Amino acid sequence: MLTLLQSDPLLAALLALLGLGLGFGGILGYASVRFKTEGNPLVDQINQLLPQTQCGQCGHPGCKPYATAIAEGGAINKCPPGGQETIDALADLLDVEPLTLDAEHGEEKEPNVAYIREDECIGCTKCIQACPVDAILGAAKLMHTVIADECTGCDLCVEPCPVDCIDMLPRKGGIEHWRWELPEPSENKNNIIATDREAA
Amino acid sequence: MNTFFNIHGGIHPEEEKHLSNPGTVLDAGLPQSLVLPLSQHIGKPSSLCVKPGDYVLGGQLLAEADGMVSVPLHAPTSGTVIAIEPRPVPHPSALDNLCLELACDGEDRWIEYRGCEDWRTETPESLISRISAAGIAGMGGAGFPTAVKLMARERLPLTTLIINGTECEPYITADDTLMQVDAAGIVEGAQILARILAVEDILLAVEDNKPAALAAMRKAAETAGEHCKVMTFPTKYPSGGEKQLIEILTGQQVPAGGLPADLGIVCQNPGTAVAARDAVCHGKPLTDRIVTLTGRALMRPGNYRTRLGTPIEHLLTVAGFDPSQNRRLIHGGPMMGFALESAAVPIVKTTNCILVPTEQELPTPPDAQACIRCGLCAEACPASLLPQQLYWYARAKDQEQLERHHLADCIECGACSWVCPSHIPLVQYYRAAKGMIRESKAEKVRSDRSRDRFEAREARLEQEAIAREAQRAARRAAAEKKAAAGGADDPVAAAIARAKAKKESAGNEESGS
Repeated sequence: MLTLLQSDPLLAALLALLGLGLGFGGILGYASVRFKTEGNPLVDQINQLLPQTQCGQCGHPGCKPYATAIAEGGAINKCPPGGQETIDALADLLDVEPLTLDAEHGEEKEPNVAYIREDECIGCTKCIQACPVDAILGAAKLMHTVIADECTGCDLCVEPCPVDCIDMLPRKGGIEHWRWELPEPSENKNNIIATDREAA
Repeated sequence: MNTFFNIHGGIHPEEEKHLSNPGTVLDAGLPQSLVLPLSQHIGKPSSLCVKPGDYVLGGQLLAEADGMVSVPLHAPTSGTVIAIEPRPVPHPSALDNLCLELACDGEDRWIEYRGCEDWRTETPESLISRISAAGIAGMGGAGFPTAVKLMARERLPLTTLIINGTECEPYITADDTLMQVDAAGIVEGAQILARILAVEDILLAVEDNKPAALAAMRKAAETAGEHCKVMTFPTKYPSGGEKQLIEILTGQQVPAGGLPADLGIVCQNPGTAVAARDAVCHGKPLTDRIVTLTGRALMRPGNYRTRLGTPIEHLLTVAGFDPSQNRRLIHGGPMMGFALESAAVPIVKTTNCILVPTEQELPTPPDAQACIRCGLCAEACPASLLPQQLYWYARAKDQEQLERHHLADCIECGACSWVCPSHIPLVQYYRAAKGMIRESKAEKVRSDRSRDRFEAREARLEQEAIAREAQRAARRAAAEKKAAAGGADDPVAAAIARAKAKKESAGNEESGS
């Protein structure tokens, strides 16, 4: 055998390559079984960026399903609650062109919180069943109320209410949610040289 | 002269402290009514314990602390509560917040309050509870509840209490005045605070532009023993920033994102020390403070002892305001203060100065121009940050880079904007960026919780579906078993027969009626 290899270098090289291929292939094969990733990590990464409103405005029953759809190549501009910020973050993650929000799915607006007018509530439990994050408390024929801190403002409880006693109120009103605005960048104004200012 | 260390950066703006004649306390008088915001401090707003129509005496509790980080609020004079409604408050947003309006009856009758006999024999816990019950929040400007700050002693070993009488911001002389008129009170207050914190050393820090205050403090400190030292150092803005002052006095830097307590240090304002003394020795709640009313649009600028809730309009009248000279009112000093939209806003626990400048004195800032990358801001920054980089990242809303460049360590002193030759309002960029980061962190927490709740609900629904399916299967199996056991009886045929019979009987009833 050894003499055969020594006499035929071409065969020796072929055998060596074959051996290496089999060896490394075996290691890779083992690793792919042993260290298999459960689920699609990209879906989780995308899901991290979505606002978790669970509103279904994207046409998927929740943020995770939409994340799955994006991972499979779906459009990234169907999430109105996340708005442009989310679209930009997704574009950054997936390395695609940032788009503008698809108006078909709604428009970006300030986050809301549901508020049940409690004396009008008849206790039908329909809103409780509709709430994707179990943020409504109540029982049959008893008044319901919203746990405001848990409400995502998804609007899903408004439609099923037979007596229309649910209002969507802005979540960020008042002094404690106020924050400083970024000043308008100076370059937007025509004041680069003195004569610009005189002209203005 | 004691030893001191130098800090990076800093600026020397016109001091203008002589305008308000430090050292004399004037009386602001009693206005017709007081407007008391329920949130004059950091933390949860106080929760009301009076209602409109109630008659209250001075010193009576109006609202109690709501939770750990909150303070109570007391009536600054006797009178009737006439309204509880949102009113303009001193806040850069110019938004309204819940306030209580007290119509003063002019008699100024007070409840009887009593302090402890001797604070040297009281336990720290009982001293803290007295300070907490008096509604004291840091009077230097931030308004953090003092009792909560004093509880730092439970977490970390402390060595030093610093009474921050630096008052480095131009125009303001409220602390200067207090140090001149009540140095003994400050020293006693400091000793009480030191006892609570179980610290040995007390450092009384005074900038060298206040010789009268310095002399008064030195004299008062002599009585307090060797552990109480007066420290002085050259005037520079912003030496009075907590972290800057610690570096000047000790040479140590507070770690980024850390607190002075990490170095075993706690800082307090002289006004807070006096308020603590009043609370402990006399049982007196915090209902007034010294406010500097200054600026060249006032005829009688000075330091006024003012009841909390006094509308600024009233103070302007007292100080001889000339409206033709002035275009804006500033709450706080010229460097870190903010413009007020209305003169109806009241004085609160954190108001140290109302600045009423003429246009000539403090001109409206010209339009910002492009950054020319001169780097003056980096030279001026007392926190050794890179203001220019922060400016670009704030404009790009790049939160990751902002955090990497330690935006959180910016003390918003305004030194960078002051030196900027392009008049860029840098601090406003940083404030906006800080708000943006805070908001997106809060949103992240919220969305994480929503995700957990959504997933928990999905899991629950799935479980319920499985349980229902199992129940159905069990029923079917039981029925099949029964059918097999009963032999000829086919359950389906029986059900159809039952339904038919029901239909017929229903039909009969219908035709019958």
